[in-house]
Amino acid sequence: MEMTQKENTQIKNRRSIFTTLLTNRFSNLTLAVIMALLVTFILIWLMDANPLKVFAVMWRGSFASWDSTTQVLQAWVPLVLATIGLMFTFTSGLWNIGMEGQIEMGAIFAYGIIRIYTGTETSGGVVILLAILSGMVGGAFWALLVGLLKNFGGVNEIFGGLGFNFIADAVMLYLVYGPWKPAGVANGSTKMLDKIYWLPQVKGTYLSLWALGIAILSVILVTIILKGTYFGLKLKAVGKNNKSSFLLGIPTNRYMLLSFILCGLFAGLTGALQVTGFNHVLRNNISGGYGYLGLMVGMLANIQPLVTAPIALIFIALSKGAAGLGIDLKLDSNLSGVIQGCLVICVLMMAGVRRLLTVKGKGARNG
Amino acid sequence: MDSSTISSIGSIFAWAGPVIFAVIGETITERAGVMNLSLNGSLILTAMVGFAIATITHNFLAGFLAAALVGALVALLIAFMSIGLKQSQVAVGYVLAMATKSLAYFMGAPYVGKPVILLPVIPIPFLSQIPLIGPILFKQTLLTYFSYLLIIAAYIYIFKTHQGLILQGIGERPSAAYVRGANVNLLRYIYVGVGGAFVGVGGALYSLSVKTWNGQLSGFDGIGWIVLAITIFGGWHPIKGALGSYLFVLLQYLGIVLQPLMPQVNSRVLQVAPFPLMILALLFVNIGNTDWVDRTLAGLPENVRRTIAKVLRALNTRQPAALGIPFENE
Repeated sequence: MEMTQKENTQIKNRRSIFTTLLTNRFSNLTLAVIMALLVTFILIWLMDANPLKVFAVMWRGSFASWDSTTQVLQAWVPLVLATIGLMFTFTSGLWNIGMEGQIEMGAIFAYGIIRIYTGTETSGGVVILLAILSGMVGGAFWALLVGLLKNFGGVNEIFGGLGFNFIADAVMLYLVYGPWKPAGVANGSTKMLDKIYWLPQVKGTYLSLWALGIAILSVILVTIILKGTYFGLKLKAVGKNNKSSFLLGIPTNRYMLLSFILCGLFAGLTGALQVTGFNHVLRNNISGGYGYLGLMVGMLANIQPLVTAPIALIFIALSKGAAGLGIDLKLDSNLSGVIQGCLVICVLMMAGVRRLLTVKGKGARNG
Repeated sequence: MDSSTISSIGSIFAWAGPVIFAVIGETITERAGVMNLSLNGSLILTAMVGFAIATITHNFLAGFLAAALVGALVALLIAFMSIGLKQSQVAVGYVLAMATKSLAYFMGAPYVGKPVILLPVIPIPFLSQIPLIGPILFKQTLLTYFSYLLIIAAYIYIFKTHQGLILQGIGERPSAAYVRGANVNLLRYIYVGVGGAFVGVGGALYSLSVKTWNGQLSGFDGIGWIVLAITIFGGWHPIKGALGSYLFVLLQYLGIVLQPLMPQVNSRVLQVAPFPLMILALLFVNIGNTDWVDRTLAGLPENVRRTIAKVLRALNTRQPAALGIPFENE
């Protein structure tokens, strides 16, 4: 009897070190990152390349020079804006896969306004402001459609959103190859905007401090709305338990629609800034996959708006860094997508393990 | 009908092969109560794996087996994350849809530009001699014939066998199936794996008979999402799902045929046509499930209400009740 008890304590102690490692939030996350890196290393090694060299190239590609760093920051703007918008839909328990199309609609609406005002007396600054506002309206409109289909048509927002992404693609293709194509050429892009409609850029780079400022302000604003207001709390209640919230008097349908609209506003803002701040044209693929990537960043951020900023930076550094792999190591740049995916899967996996262990621990204590 | 028209109608059935395999695979998976949202990525990944392995080994069978294995592994990862670790199936499926697509392009890059290899067409003796139907249905590749058989086999298995009844049970009322002695979670793993393997065969069939692996697969990217929608539209029924698949491929085909009539419109605009139709189809099959329709109908005169309700009910599909919900035996 004594023997078994001693053994039991020993097993418990050994178990506890292991469980602590897995249940502590920080070590759990570290383990997840190590796991993701391990998987990526194996995959790179399978492709006959040196993993360390690959990561060195990626680091150089994103942070080695002022030029590349400003490019990373410039690309960080749309990604963090998309992700911060998604915080609303994630909070209310919805999957806004339609982000990508909403960004495109924002870009189309913004460009449309500038097109109308080109050649008129109105000052550049006013037109840019109007373009940004109209872009936000465009994004919100496209998101509202998905929300209405969900609320009144019973169409799951995943399929509604995807469908509208492809429709936005079609609208974009139609415009840039049709009515809005520059005279003579059809290369999937409109004429370049007049310089007065560009957001000012830092000399010698593509970085627009205005766009960067808007992105940082948006992160702060959304954090305040979601974490510091009654509205944010109610939205969270809708996401956590839709039925109870409804019974407690929250108009859940209206809140879900509202979260779509708010998300769409930021998607539209993203698209408008892509036009006036960076691309200066309307072109096919202007949304750049930021909507799809934003969903992954959002998943990692786990509805903590402030956390989106650093995670988005890591993700965008991976994407930008991988662009040079083709030239230096003859590897495909899609490696960044593989790393990002592995990272999210491993984090979800370790979160599952952690939950399993903590729930079991609680159960044992209760029993 | 001249021979070129016949062969192009025949090609619709050949193109539909990959979609059929994927739709049946997803139907089985979702019938078991698990949603494999990764299809868009796993189809592209298995298309790459099938082509790469068949190119290396000079053996089609090896290519298909490897693709089936990869498809099953991706699906089992979702099952493990959901059943074992209680993570959201939507979240895991979405991430895998993105990650496997990137993985396909990353690992498949060296195989871009390798010589095209296509499954041989094997006409079935006698049957291919039937006028009209023969050359359309029975002058196909072996795997296309399998796709016909799979539809019927899946239908019989799900609705006419005891095992199929249990499959429905673990997706509808897992606790009842459990009480009846079914090992719910083990069965879910098995069916998710089998469904994933069918998806894998579908992916390989695309790169080995429809279009070769070219590192982009522009016509294929997006089909995974359509497959998921067709599964819903088909009401988780293999035959209705197959009809949906043929309809979808027919529409795609018409998009290409009608393109020359509208030269001013970019060719990729018309290829988007299936997506708004997908939304409309989902709207029709789901709108009967919403509260406001119920409320509105209640206020209408009796005979009008009955007619509308009948139409809605005929269109309506209802998903397996336990779809996406992990099972815990207390």
